[in-house]
Amino acid sequence: MSTDTLTQPSRSFARRIPWRSLAIVVPFLAVFIALSIGSPAFLTFQNVGNVLDRQSGILIVAAASTLVLIAGGIDLSIGATYMFTAVICGTLIVKVGGVAGAVLGITVGVLAGLLVGIVNGIISTYLKVNPLIATLAMSFIILGATKLVSQFGKQGVGQIRVDVPEFRWLATTKPLGISLPTWIAFVVLVILGIVLWRTTFGRYVYAAGGNAEAARLAGIRVNIVRISTFALAGLASGLAGVIDLARTPSVPENDAISTTLTFTVLAGIVVGGTSILGGEGAIWRTVLGILFIAMLYNGFTLLRIDPLFQGIALGVIILLAVGFDAWSKFRRR
Amino acid sequence: MPNTAALDTPQLLVELRGVGKSFGGVPVLTDIDLRLEPGSVHALVGENGAGKSTLSKIIAGIYSADSGELLVDGEEQSFGTPREALDRGIAAIAQELALVPALSVAENVFLGREPRTLGWIGRRQLRKEFVALAERTGFALDPDVPVGSLRTADQQKVEILRALARGASLIIMDEPTAALSGRDTELLHDVVRQLAASGHTVLLISHYLSEVLELSDTITILRDGRLIRTAPAAGETEASLIEGMLGRTLGSVFPEKPPLPTAENEVLVVTDLVAPGVNGVSLTVRAGEIVGLAGLVGAGRSEIAHAIYGSVRRSAGTVEVDGVDCGQSIPEALGKGIFLIPESRKEQGLVLGRPIRQNVTLSNLALVTNGNWVMPAKERRASRDMLERVTVAGDDRRDVSALSGGNQQKVLFARALQRSRKVLIADEPTRGVDVGSRRAIYDLIVDQAAQGIGVLVISSDVEEVLGLAHRILVIRAGRVVAELTGADMTEEKVLTAAFADPITSGSI
Repeated sequence: MSTDTLTQPSRSFARRIPWRSLAIVVPFLAVFIALSIGSPAFLTFQNVGNVLDRQSGILIVAAASTLVLIAGGIDLSIGATYMFTAVICGTLIVKVGGVAGAVLGITVGVLAGLLVGIVNGIISTYLKVNPLIATLAMSFIILGATKLVSQFGKQGVGQIRVDVPEFRWLATTKPLGISLPTWIAFVVLVILGIVLWRTTFGRYVYAAGGNAEAARLAGIRVNIVRISTFALAGLASGLAGVIDLARTPSVPENDAISTTLTFTVLAGIVVGGTSILGGEGAIWRTVLGILFIAMLYNGFTLLRIDPLFQGIALGVIILLAVGFDAWSKFRRR
Repeated sequence: MPNTAALDTPQLLVELRGVGKSFGGVPVLTDIDLRLEPGSVHALVGENGAGKSTLSKIIAGIYSADSGELLVDGEEQSFGTPREALDRGIAAIAQELALVPALSVAENVFLGREPRTLGWIGRRQLRKEFVALAERTGFALDPDVPVGSLRTADQQKVEILRALARGASLIIMDEPTAALSGRDTELLHDVVRQLAASGHTVLLISHYLSEVLELSDTITILRDGRLIRTAPAAGETEASLIEGMLGRTLGSVFPEKPPLPTAENEVLVVTDLVAPGVNGVSLTVRAGEIVGLAGLVGAGRSEIAHAIYGSVRRSAGTVEVDGVDCGQSIPEALGKGIFLIPESRKEQGLVLGRPIRQNVTLSNLALVTNGNWVMPAKERRASRDMLERVTVAGDDRRDVSALSGGNQQKVLFARALQRSRKVLIADEPTRGVDVGSRRAIYDLIVDQAAQGIGVLVISSDVEEVLGLAHRILVIRAGRVVAELTGADMTEEKVLTAAFADPITSGSI
């Protein structure tokens, strides 16, 4: 048993390739290059800027949800929370009006998201309800609450429209030519990425998802860690709801929007290579996964392919991504 | 001994000639010649990483050999899958049992090949076939009991019966008794003997040398992927096996116990502890003292450890370290200086999918962080220092799952040693650990005590407790039933106390 050497046994080249990292990077670059060549409209500042602007909300939600997944949970209520906070924010802006309304709307909207996240976390840890079921149930409750609030907000027929400059600046400001939502998303992604990569909390998130019992016996308060990830996901959903409300600027009122958001976020995370079983994953993976899907959809539009095929293509890609993940795990043995 | 009593079991002669195998360029087996005589029990021994499991997996068709040939009854075979090996009569019993707990014994045995007509399972026929099979092999099991309610040794029997039902005649058992209590181990030994008596061949892999010597006809020693020798078991002793496995003599298995400190400084005082599985335990550990907790599996030893550590709720009693009460939670216990190395390193100790380094620092991140900010250089240094102390070599950025069982256990010790503790509880510190690493772990435990730390060692291996501890507490039914010191510390006295009440011990 020698202790003096800290060398690794030499491995063959094929073994050294980090297959799991490549899973998302290679197809991402391939599609990016293909689209750049195939469609002159793709690699333009305006098109890329538009795609990023539209994806900013979803990227924020997906980044926080990645933490939930790594910590061994799952949050299906993100879409509902997103709509809920948008409705709360819109209602306050309509009811209160002016700068006060905008400030109040943004603050209360984001905090409502945080509250939902904390409730999700407590139900799925201390109350020991499986997070899949807990957040599924919560999403129905939140969607119901959304309708209550929105009826109060719009007073009769029509939609809540918040086309007021005091609020719209959130989406229309363009520092350095890039939209504010894109900047916000960028900052959130960097912060969450660093939190996961370099902080104690990040370490605990991985440990909680990798082996909850071992983490607990090592002295980590696993429940608190998990609740925090749910809280972050709720907070992120609130932020995204508010940002997208400023972009649109009418309140989305369609349950399908919430479901689509939830599924797209999960699809992006999985395509990026974060394990649905917890314990592994990264923010950069999720960013690539979400942008990969967005790029694909964008490409379909630019190349004038029937949008009908978008769903089919996405489904195939998810299966390929998960299949590849399973294969690369098998290989490692 | 080749058995002549075999009646209807097809005799299978399996031979390996010049078999080699490497993983990613690293040879794990080199030029192995092996002949498994029909109807005999053939054991493979060696340290972790010697190539035992790889060799057995080649025979079972899980891996294919890079070089050399595998002959079954003189015919060359190359199995692509375990399925093909099974078709030729070779079955491996997995360490993790693959049974359906809700189905009955008979249903599990014939799972996937139930007698049926038009898709309907013929229950009576199923039973009949089971009884015939059980009679042929001499295994007594109730066919109608759900498998989930059986004890582990009986579940292993079901697994073996399933292999036999598929016509297996060579059974490969990799560490079959690693997870069994004393009684179950005896039951499994009977199973192995029955298998051989009914003409089957058993390839047994085990760390327990006494078990190997007792059960096998022939023993093959592997070291670093090479075959050292194959010889009749009758000619081997534990010492000769260890010498063959290590390439040197081990010296004493146990290090010298550190002298007991004369000061009556009780570092851990547990009073009237009550928790699930713990029924009023009081004990003390002095600074520098190693106290062994002996007893049968299920007697409540691990439960006591968890109750002290605060990982299960205590309903009554107090735990004091240096006279200060420890709270009801793990972080509080850690803060007071208690550390627990849990029983199952894979399920309770390590985060297998994370790097070795992160597993070392998991409990003590505060030592390598600035605020909440992990300092990579500090962490690297801390981890390497610790790993050097516990003698684990290699790149610590690899996943901890890449290490052998012994080294994984050492990683947990590295975690324990990173901060100075007052009380160290080690639950089954050498389970599934090879002989070489075992001594290293004993050295670590003794070294801790020598530094004035109170150590509580829990082990099912009575010799281990005797070899390490200054004082032994025997646990039965969640209570301390005997305290043995000095000349009273004998295997006989420990076992007598542990088994004293057959009703209690039998039902646990």
